Amino acid sequence: MRFAVIKVCGGGSKARAGALHVGGTCIETPALLLSTRKGLPAFVSCDLLASLPIPDSLLLHVCPTHFMEGPPSKTISNIGGLHGMVGLPNHILVAAAGDSIESLPSSDATNKFGASFETPSGRRLVKPTDYMELISCMKPNLWASLADEIPAWSTEKRNKISVDRTLRWLDACLALDTASGTNTLGVVVGGSSIKQRRLCATEVSKRNVTGFWIGGFGLGESTEERCGLLNAVTDCLPSDKPRLVSRLGLPEEVLEGVAAGVDLFDSTYIYQLTMGGFALVFPVDTIEREMQNGVFKDSSGDSTKINLRATIYRKDTSRLVDSCSCFTCQNHTRAYLNHLLNVHEMLAQILLEIHNTHHYLRFFRSIREAIKDGEFDIFRQQFIESRRAHIATAVL
Amino acid sequence: MALRFEILGRFNRARAARLTLPHFTCQTPLFMPVGTQGTIKGLTTDQLEEIGCQIILGNTYHLELRPGSRLIDDLGGLHKFMNWKRALLTDSGGFQMVSLLHLADITEEGVTFQSPVDGKPMLLTPEESIHIQNNIGADIIMALDDVVKTTITGPRIEEAMYRTLRWIDRCIAAHKKPDVQNLFGIVQGGLDPVLRDICVRGLVERNLPGYAIGGLSGGEDKESFWRVVAQCTAVLPENKPRYVMGVGYPLDIVVCSALGADMYDCVYPTRTARFGTALVPEGVLKLKQNAMATDERPIDPTCSCMVCKKYTRAYLHCLVTKDAMGSQLLSYHNLSFMMRLSRDLHTSIIEGQFPEFVRGFLRAQFPKGDVPKWVCNAMEVAGIDISECCASTKCMVPGVEPPLYVPVQANGAVPN
Repeated sequence: MRFAVIKVCGGGSKARAGALHVGGTCIETPALLLSTRKGLPAFVSCDLLASLPIPDSLLLHVCPTHFMEGPPSKTISNIGGLHGMVGLPNHILVAAAGDSIESLPSSDATNKFGASFETPSGRRLVKPTDYMELISCMKPNLWASLADEIPAWSTEKRNKISVDRTLRWLDACLALDTASGTNTLGVVVGGSSIKQRRLCATEVSKRNVTGFWIGGFGLGESTEERCGLLNAVTDCLPSDKPRLVSRLGLPEEVLEGVAAGVDLFDSTYIYQLTMGGFALVFPVDTIEREMQNGVFKDSSGDSTKINLRATIYRKDTSRLVDSCSCFTCQNHTRAYLNHLLNVHEMLAQILLEIHNTHHYLRFFRSIREAIKDGEFDIFRQQFIESRRAHIATAVL
Repeated sequence: MALRFEILGRFNRARAARLTLPHFTCQTPLFMPVGTQGTIKGLTTDQLEEIGCQIILGNTYHLELRPGSRLIDDLGGLHKFMNWKRALLTDSGGFQMVSLLHLADITEEGVTFQSPVDGKPMLLTPEESIHIQNNIGADIIMALDDVVKTTITGPRIEEAMYRTLRWIDRCIAAHKKPDVQNLFGIVQGGLDPVLRDICVRGLVERNLPGYAIGGLSGGEDKESFWRVVAQCTAVLPENKPRYVMGVGYPLDIVVCSALGADMYDCVYPTRTARFGTALVPEGVLKLKQNAMATDERPIDPTCSCMVCKKYTRAYLHCLVTKDAMGSQLLSYHNLSFMMRLSRDLHTSIIEGQFPEFVRGFLRAQFPKGDVPKWVCNAMEVAGIDISECCASTKCMVPGVEPPLYVPVQANGAVPN
């Protein structure tokens, strides 16, 4: 894995555009990791995945703990590791022990031996040795070490323990790693304490890791707290290695992360939108935004997304987003999606996940363009303002 | 009439044909997947084309309920609504009512039922059914028939058959788009050859574009099933398509094709996929079985579908019945299997290889030679020699106690 910062957006901003070379592919950052269930997107099968933008859509977040009930390690190895098993040989698979949908960290049950997760097959304790067994048979392109992630309201004592364990487990994982850390993302925790965050970040930086997975966010902290904590972490991390932040998936959160110097985001935003029957419609670049300025047509949803279950879409033969080139927008109407949602058909989620993924990847593309043009701060400001504008209009 | 049916090849009663419909030119014999609510569960229209689907079914009852046939018509018809460029067939709505609803009562006027929305009494007449199907706009529409279960006996069957004939006239009169939509009549009459004969002749007199054999696949014994199909195909006009409704299992499709039927529909391949069962040449493969957890082979090594090219039984084992992706992948494979079966039937007849194909099919399903007697009898009538597929000179007779322990074959398939 090779990573290089291509441009730092000037003017005191820490936003940076970079290039991540993994598995023969070059991914430009900031980039999004698509969330998966047992290695594949929830609804988009590999043939449909191939129609999404490349190489943006090659980056997937995979959770080894989804496989606690099998297949067994030997079988996984025999069928070609993770890439062979899920039929995505050219994709970049980034593994982390937990996620926010199916394998949730269960910090109360975590103990000194291992991290506990609420998985689809019940609560499981995962020790560093168990985890590394999964990693070694799966052979993901990148993997995050095992960590003790705790909610933001944990006590100081518990927080300290979490930092200690996370560092200990990082070392344990590295010791078992045949690639000596060249594919490892060291996890940084530290809860809501600036001090612990700095300490953890500094300590992880000393290890021979190839990048950093910033965890412990999205677990109950307030948005105000988060900014300070996130920046405290990135300030202590070396700038020449990639930083990923977990669970910060909303557009504003992504922009905040980018401003703090984060390069990669694992987000379940797309999945949650899809499950709720929402389609993203916000303008993804400046031109589009100018066109949409002042025109907020929909009374259901907001200018970010529309709720396809709403009856106003029953006979709406327009596309989700006119300028979108995804399979859903090229082939189907809002009316059809409305119908599919009403009759609880799986195709609704498939089509929505395709569009939402496509749209959100476009958003990330605009972020990268803005950084390269040296205009990220303006981009961020405009985006936030346009999101809030509709609330103001609604209130009036 | 809005179709053309040209027979391109034969073997005895079996035919391979080109069926030209307004939206698509199809090859028969063919299987039609059921897309009840304007979608095949878990598959996009692109994938369906990739798999080779030629015609798909929409259920009139469901579509009228939601989103409503008038809305569909306003938006340009079902083809446009779901963006399916190939052919569509809609059923009359009658069967769903009878099978799904409380207090469905059939009178001369039509089918009275309780609205599932608010419990109000409603009535589906032949006129209304055709009107709804005209709105939906499918290439083939079905007459409203008085359908009875084949397990029923008595005068009700005769009543239903005659009523079906009276209703076909009302359907024909109500049909507003005969130049773009083909109205098929449905042969009823239970398991009674006399009634069936009367019904066939009555429908043939009306000179319809095509004919369906209805009222089967409802629990009747296999011996009766094939005999009804054989009788009907013997008397229905040669130059028009024959559609056996609700069939079904690959074996049934092969037998019916041998007897001279052309079109089939069933929820079985897609429904069984959602329960974790894959269709394979040997029969079925139940992916939830423990043995599958470490099985590194594809579902079917002879299948060239995307699922069999990329995935192992072991991985699918952990997906099926648990994740939507499992349903999708298995539905994809099962429909690919059915489309391959359709293509093989068509091609083997044209290339003069039909008996070989049938023998190969039976050998794969019955490696021990235990071909069921009803299949042997049907093949005899179809004029296809399958003696080399059968273990003894007499095929297996139903009623013989099956062995208590059914060994799973080396490849994991459960024998039929």
